[in-house]
Amino acid sequence: MLGLNIAFWVLAIVVIAAALAVVLFRDVFRAALSMVLCFLAVAGIYITLSADFLAAVQVLIYVGAISVLIILAIMLTREVQRGSPSNRLRIPAFIVALLFLVGVGFAMLSTPWQVSVAPPLEPTTPALAGLLFSEGGFILPVEIAPVLLLATILGAIVLVREK
Amino acid sequence: MTIGLEHYLILSTVLFSIGLYGALAKRNAVVILMSIELMLNAVNIAMVAFSRYIVPLLLTGQVFVIFIMVVAAAEVAVGLAIIMAIYRHRETIDATKIDLMKW
Repeated sequence: MLGLNIAFWVLAIVVIAAALAVVLFRDVFRAALSMVLCFLAVAGIYITLSADFLAAVQVLIYVGAISVLIILAIMLTREVQRGSPSNRLRIPAFIVALLFLVGVGFAMLSTPWQVSVAPPLEPTTPALAGLLFSEGGFILPVEIAPVLLLATILGAIVLVREK
Repeated sequence: MTIGLEHYLILSTVLFSIGLYGALAKRNAVVILMSIELMLNAVNIAMVAFSRYIVPLLLTGQVFVIFIMVVAAAEVAVGLAIIMAIYRHRETIDATKIDLMKW
């Protein structure tokens, strides 16, 4: 239990610090690299929540695919020299984010959550597979997801294609 | 003090606020997209925490996270394609200068 506590605090600090670095770094490429670090630490957070399958999926999709796409886009747009400056709405945006943090944080802390004492399911992969592919589970969204991905691929190709 | 549901929810809220600030305050369109990814990750943390602490045997929150990841991947692909198309036409991805459809 103590190890879990230490792991949570270390990972939480890494997540917050890396996310702040994404927003505050002037260099776009460094911001992208710290975003990769943030995603990795979020995968660790999933492990402390005993969601092992999701941790693997997080590493595969976010650290593997999405960050590569974003770094590729940064390299292709040659906007690196200009950095990532803020626009004129910096102060209002900060106030909005702070208000959101205080409001939602207060709501989260003051709600009496009905925490269950049952131990978590481990490993989660067979249970998730049963839930996703069995009848009465989530089979319809699973079948819709490939259609969405196909439409995405076609749309991306059409958008980027040279005329 | 043991780690409970509230710790994860507060972590998720802080991460979402950072992403919200980045999405509102940045000029570079790629950085805005990265901030949106941060917000989606914050929501995922909250989902997994609810799934772990409120209904530990049902895993519904984890299924939702899988679908959020699918939609996030699709969103990033289309978003970057749009940024590429804009960059090819206008030689900039400064979100304050991409105002053709504004007013």
